[in-house]
Formats: sequence, C-alpha cells, structure tokens
Amino acid sequence: MKEHPRHARPHITRDENLIFERSSPGKCGVDLPAPEVPAASAAELLGEDLSRQEIPGFPEVSELEVIRHFTRLSTWNYGVDTGLYPLGSCTMKYNPRINEVVAGLEGLATDHPYAPAELTQGCLKVLYDTTRCMAEITGMDAVSLQPSAGAQGELSGILMIHACMADRGNPRKYVLIPDSAHGTNPASVTTSGYQVKNLKSDAHGCVDLGELELAMTEDVAGLMLTIPNTLGIFEVHIREICELVHRKGGLVYMDGANMNALVGVARPADFGADVMHLNVHKTFSTPHGGGGPGAGPVAVRKVLEPYLPSPMVVKSPDGTYSLDYDRPKSIGRVRAFYGNFGVVVRTLAFIAANGGEGLRQSTQDAVLNANYVMRKLQDLYELPYNEPCMHECVLSDHRQAARGVHTMDIAKRLIDYGFHPYTTAFPLIVPGAVMIEPTESASKEELDEFIEAMRAVAEEVEENPEFVLKAPYTTRVSRLDEATAARKPILRWKE
Amino acid sequence: MRYLPNSPRDREEMLRTLGHSSIEELFAQIPEQIRFPGRLDLPGPLSEQEVLESFKQAAGQSTREYASLLGAGAYLHFRPAAVDSLLSRGEFFTAYTPYQAELAQGTLQAMFEFQTLIAQLTGMEVSNASLYDGSTATTEAVLMSLRLTRRNRVVVAKTLHPEYREVMATYLRQMGTEIADVSYGASGQLDIAALESALSKETAVVVVQSPNFLGTIERFGVIAELVHRSGALLVVTVNEPLSLAVVNPPADADIICGEAQSFGVPVAFGGPYVGFLATREKFVRQMPGRLVGQTVDTEGRRGFVLTLATREQHIRREKATSNICTNQSLCALAATIYLCLLGKHGLKALAEHNLTMAHYAADQLAAVPGTSIPFASPYFNEFVVKAPGRADALLSELRQESILGGVNLERFYPELKDHLLVCVTETVNKVTLDRMVEVYRDFSAQRQVKAAAPSGASQAVGQEKA
Repeated sequence: MKEHPRHARPHITRDENLIFERSSPGKCGVDLPAPEVPAASAAELLGEDLSRQEIPGFPEVSELEVIRHFTRLSTWNYGVDTGLYPLGSCTMKYNPRINEVVAGLEGLATDHPYAPAELTQGCLKVLYDTTRCMAEITGMDAVSLQPSAGAQGELSGILMIHACMADRGNPRKYVLIPDSAHGTNPASVTTSGYQVKNLKSDAHGCVDLGELELAMTEDVAGLMLTIPNTLGIFEVHIREICELVHRKGGLVYMDGANMNALVGVARPADFGADVMHLNVHKTFSTPHGGGGPGAGPVAVRKVLEPYLPSPMVVKSPDGTYSLDYDRPKSIGRVRAFYGNFGVVVRTLAFIAANGGEGLRQSTQDAVLNANYVMRKLQDLYELPYNEPCMHECVLSDHRQAARGVHTMDIAKRLIDYGFHPYTTAFPLIVPGAVMIEPTESASKEELDEFIEAMRAVAEEVEENPEFVLKAPYTTRVSRLDEATAARKPILRWKE
Repeated sequence: MRYLPNSPRDREEMLRTLGHSSIEELFAQIPEQIRFPGRLDLPGPLSEQEVLESFKQAAGQSTREYASLLGAGAYLHFRPAAVDSLLSRGEFFTAYTPYQAELAQGTLQAMFEFQTLIAQLTGMEVSNASLYDGSTATTEAVLMSLRLTRRNRVVVAKTLHPEYREVMATYLRQMGTEIADVSYGASGQLDIAALESALSKETAVVVVQSPNFLGTIERFGVIAELVHRSGALLVVTVNEPLSLAVVNPPADADIICGEAQSFGVPVAFGGPYVGFLATREKFVRQMPGRLVGQTVDTEGRRGFVLTLATREQHIRREKATSNICTNQSLCALAATIYLCLLGKHGLKALAEHNLTMAHYAADQLAAVPGTSIPFASPYFNEFVVKAPGRADALLSELRQESILGGVNLERFYPELKDHLLVCVTETVNKVTLDRMVEVYRDFSAQRQVKAAAPSGASQAVGQEKA
C-alpha cells in the first residue's frame, strides 16, 4: 500500500493539489483557430539561439480541470458575499453586481489607452465625471485618478507637497505623522524623500495640540493625518490643527482611508485639508479582489492643482473630452496610462446608484453600526478610549490577555462562529487591538449574531482559555506555521 | 437604497439602544461649523436599469467597432470565457488580502501558483504575488537594485516604454538619483557602445526592455557581461510576456519584471493591469510586494501564508522595502487561470500564431512602395513601419476602414517622424491585415500621383478620389 493513498474525500477536506501536480502531458484547456497563413516556427523566424523550445514545468490541463480547480479553491475563501467581514480600516462593504457588469461592457473593457481621444469619448467621460464626483464629495478643487491604490495616492500627494514647497523656495525636510497612522503613511513619506517625525497621540487618541505646536517647525513640510483616525475617532480640533500647520507654512495631507465615516457629512477641504486620497475599494465599494486592484484618486485644493500627475482629463467648452499633457509643474506620472480605469467605472456606478442621499445614508448606517457593536461589547472587552466612535471601533484584549488569550486567538475562534475576524493588533497605540468595522452593509440581525459570538468567545476565554488558543476548528486547515514559512521560504512549486 | 440591509425600524431600535434620539447625535463629535450642511451634488440615485443604460451610452462612444493594431504596453488578446466565469466567484473577488490564512487558502494557493508560473515563464527562481503594473514593477525593480548595490546611478534604455521611464523619473527625482539614457542603434536594439560608455562604478542598475518599445528583441549576452563587469545589476522589463513562450528569457538578468496584462486581463483603457517581479532567491529579502509561502498547519497538512512580511510597510513602516500595500490580486488570478488554460502547448501555439501573423503583416507592408521596416532585428508581435507619407494622414485613412493602425512614434521619439508602431495579435485576422495593406497601397499611390503632378492637378486628384 502506498504511503499516502488518495481516497475520495468530501469536498471541504480534499487535498486539491497544485495545478502543476494535476498536470499531465498532452492536455490543453484551449483550442486555437486554425492559422490563416502558412505557420512558421519560432526557430525559423527568430533564429535558433533566441527561440525557446518549451517552458519547463508549465501546466497541461483541460478546461474542465481548470474550472474545478479554481472553483474548489474559491470555496476555501471567505468573502463579503459569504458573511460579515468586520475588518477594521478595510471597509469591507457589499460589491454590487451591476458594477461588474458595466465594467465589463464592450467598449469600456476593450478600448485601448492609445486609441484616439475622438473615438474614446465614453471612457474619457467616465474618468471626467468621476473626478467631478470626487471633487464634490471632498470639497476639493481638482482630482487625479491616476494613482493605482491608496499608498500611491499618498506618495503622489506628498510629492506634490514637495514640489509646491520647493517652488516656494524650500522643500523642507520632515513630514509629521501621528503614531496611530497606517504603516503606508511613513513608508510613502520615506519613498518621497522626506523623513518621518512621529507625533504622539494624546489621552483621547487624538493629535496633541501642544506636541504639534512644538513639532511643527520651519523644517516641517506638513502633517499627514487620517480622519477620522485609526481609532475611529474624529479629531475634534481639526480646524485648529490645520490652521497651526498652515500658519507655519506647512500643508495638510489627509489620509482618506476612513472616508466612509464622512461622505455627505463633512468635507475635508472645508476643515482645512490641502490634499487627500480616497481608497475607492473601501468607501466606494470596488471589490477588494483578495488584495487588489484598488485605486487611490488624489484630490487637492487650488494651491496644489498645478502639481497633479500628468495627464489630466479635461472637458472643452464644446462638451468633448481630452487628455491634457501640458502640465509643466506636474510631479509627472506615477504609473503608465491613466489609472485603474476598470476600477473607476465601478466607482462611478456605485456613486450614481446611491446618489448624494444614498451615500449619506450609508455613512450614517456605518457609524450607527460601529457604535452599536462598541456599546454591546464594552462590558466584556476593554475599551481603551471611551469616546463615541465613527465608522469603526477599537476595543482590546486587555482582560483576555490576563488569561493568556490574545486578540489573534479571539479572532481565530470567531472563525468557528462563522465570521471573518476583525483587524488584530492595529492601531499600534492600542496593545492587543480588536478593531471592528461593520460598515453599512451589516444588518442589525447579523450584528446581533456577531455580538453574540464575541460574547460567547469572551466566556470561553474565562472558562477554557486553552480551547480558544487552538482555534479555528472548522476550517480546511488549522493554524499555519508562519515562522517556518519565513525562516525557510518555499515560494514556488518545483518538480 | 437597495444595498442597505437595515430597515428604518432597525435603525430606530439601534439608536434607542445607544440612548440617542436622532442619528445626528452620533455625529456630535464633528464640530457644527465644519459639517456639510447641504446635499452633495452628485448623479443619481439611479435604479440598476438606469445605471446600466447610462454606462451603455458611454460604452457606445468607443472603438468597439474597430479592428486594433495598437499595442505599446497594452495588448488585446482573446480572453477565454472560463476566466471571467471563475473571477466572478464572490469568494474570490469580495475577499480581502489573505492575512487570515485559514479563511483564504483559495487566494493564497492561487497566488502561490501565480508565483510559480511567473518564475517558470521568466526562468527566474522566485516571483512575488504581483505589483500595480509594468511601469511601477520596473520602478520597484530599480529601487530594489539601489538597495542591493548601495550605488546611486541608473542607466535606462531609451527603448524602455516611455511612460515607464516617466514613472521612474517621478520616483527617483527626490532621491538625487541620476538617470542616464542609452539610445538604440540602427538595428533598433540597444546601442552597445553607448551602453559601455554610460556604465561607471556608480551604476547600480541597467534597465532594458525586451521586446523593446520598438518591438525588437534584445540579445542579452554582451549586455549582461558589460553590466555585470561594472558591478551593476541587470533588470529586464517584459511588457508582452506572451513572447516568453517562444523567446528565451535572459538567463543572466538579475530581475525580470513587467506587465502580465496580456494574460487574460482586459485592456480596459489602461488598467487595472498586473505587474510582476521575478528574481534570484538570494535577493528575496529586498523584494517589494507580497509573497506567498508554503508551510504546514498544526496537523502537518500543506497550507499557504503571506510570508516575509517584515519587508512590508505594515510591519516596518518607514523602513519598509516599498510603500505598496495593495497589489493586483484579482488580475494576478486572471493571469493564473489564463496561463493554466493555455498551458505549455496553448501558450506556445498562441505565441507562434502572433509571431506568424505579425511577420505576414510586416512582409506585406514592406512590399508597398515607399513603405519600409526600418529595423532589421528579430521581433515578436510588434514592429515599426516607416509610413509612405505622413503618419497621421495614413492613420486617418485606416480609420476610415475601421482600423486603428498603430501608435504614431513621433509622439515619443521625435526622430521617428512618420513611423508607426504596429501590433498584430490573434484578435486581428488576415482579412483585416490585407485591408490594411490595401490602404497603405492606396495612400502610397496617391502620394506618388501627387508628387508627379503639378500642384493644381493634385487638387483635382484629391477631389476625384473623394
């Protein structure tokens, strides 16, 4: 008998093997049209030395096997479609199906970026209309849709600040970032050539005005601030903060990752931000796709408009659209072509479906849901900053940690109750953070079930902490050995 | 609003639980003066039917009735139905980045397969799980090379996609890194003598695209030797990776990166696409972007996790190898599915089909009076044509025949006036190519008549033709 006999197994526990292990010679998942001219071999056309004979190890499988393989893989995933996905700072809201349909329309999905502008008015109009929507929502004057994702929006924004400061005579050296910020903020600032100066938060988790006053010197180009912050708390003194930075000649970058708390309720330009990005895969419901593609439009006030990435989509008085490359002060391109157009189509479809009122209602529901969860859990889970929250709330494992159970363990156990975990261990200023963002896509009914599950886990921690430490029990694989994965990386299959 | 699951009664109950009488009270933390008092001036609200109608209108103002010979970094290829069918599974496209591995084995295994496919295709040891696009992948490869060599000078082939060069310039401007261009020679390939004189002890990296922006395939033997002798790294960008099914990947490259849009990702007016970056195992800890690794669970079963995260921004913050957070997972999944469908034989057959048809088109065009193929080097599915007259006028003529005839290269290379970059994939059939050749022929004949006749007569000919 073989060492590992391959018994037929129920789907959930079967070993699906890698596609390479399912491959066998001579199979192919496509049939190509017959050649219309006499086919020449690569060796004939390119010469023996340049031409490649075969790609060693490449799979050979039929179409049905590909369908089954990836269908099975998909069922080992958990998506927003599967159930509540309360990952804090990720805004996992419903991805409407119509958005997929319109993004796939022939014409929008098939136009080439170098096709003449006269023939691609539809695509250009989608881009232009989306910039106008973004300007209206943020209160800003101009918008570029070029950045590929939030982090690239950040980089574009900081590069614009640099260009503007340099034009004023001194680009300065530092950018201030609160200790509660996303990791992309300091990384983007470093990529832009600035140095990061960390800003300590005050007892309420907000910017400490005194600290800011001290830190905001003539060497500092600006402040990078997430609003509401990563604790889900609105900076009450935001106007004073922006005024202070402006008074010292700096500019304010707003990380718009948490814009789901503000759409229709407050506009960043109105409270003093000079430049910001939006994560459309958060606020505007474009699918996360298992980690991209996203898009990170960057919106600015007049003062930074000349520096926006090139090209910009413009509308002529006669109603036609074109690309404007004549932007001498632009920071340049941050990527090829005009941005993640397909993602922008979905963004505009989401905005148009909702309208202003729908978006405002979504914001209100998101905030209501987060507060509801926070208040229903704060007796069992520590609430380090007891302030009303906005679109997300941050609790901690402080009490459970005393029993040896940490936030990640609680998160893993939550999986057995049928929910995707919340965000663990972020923001860094809360040890053992339990960060929950239900979004407007969670119904009260579903939230009540989630709350019940969280409370049940808290009880389990009291009664049998050991049991929680080994969760999850119901998934295809149990906890994975991450340490070995990092120590001896296996990053590909080999024959 | 149809997307919102809470009923008015749910909202009331929740507010009551919280001890509030109105939703406004939950926003009390936002000072009154900065709250937005009005209504956002946005389109909508629209029913689903109206959404569809409005986008159908936009889709109508497009080139969908045209045959396209446009390439230049965005390639129209046929997409098998299985690709979209699998991508539309909600478990894939509505999932987050697979940080919670137990609930994301589907995405993780697929990304591990993507990494393997890219490594096999490029002949490299390891690949990451994708980057934004070819332009940023190339820029990230350069940044990685700067870290690895601790040198500060970059040498770039002028035949690297001009927009990729612009992106690189944007990223490097603030770092005080010098970029030197190396031109192409008469063959359309990199000018080796110019490369040699551009190299110095400060050169960190040399970036060469192949097939390059002019479509020609580079020969890397001498290039690699020169680059490595100067102690620099060789980065090779490939933005038509279908070519790798029939062209040997450069074995001496240190990083092979580029754009995998060709593999099942729609051309979609420029994005979203899928950048890739493959390299040697010894450089893996300086790689940007996410990596999926194989491991075991507590029962010893094989499983997959995101690994080597200590390179990344969420752990290392300002010391990270890159500021990238999101990658292009769903597009990488499309590429994975596409490559599995085509497999070893399908991909090669498709590449040979492209190769054959492109050579057929070039040969036919070369026979048109006044037209030439100026670069004699090997090419894959894209090549340069010297038009028999003004390129813009020729493109308009082609457009009359519903053909998008290529990219006018003068836009990027002023010295290549009246040169077109023409791309032939399997989406263009022989009938279209023959029609294109006819247009060239007519255009050329018209010009010869004009050239031969006195100016008054040329006017008459023009009218007659119209």
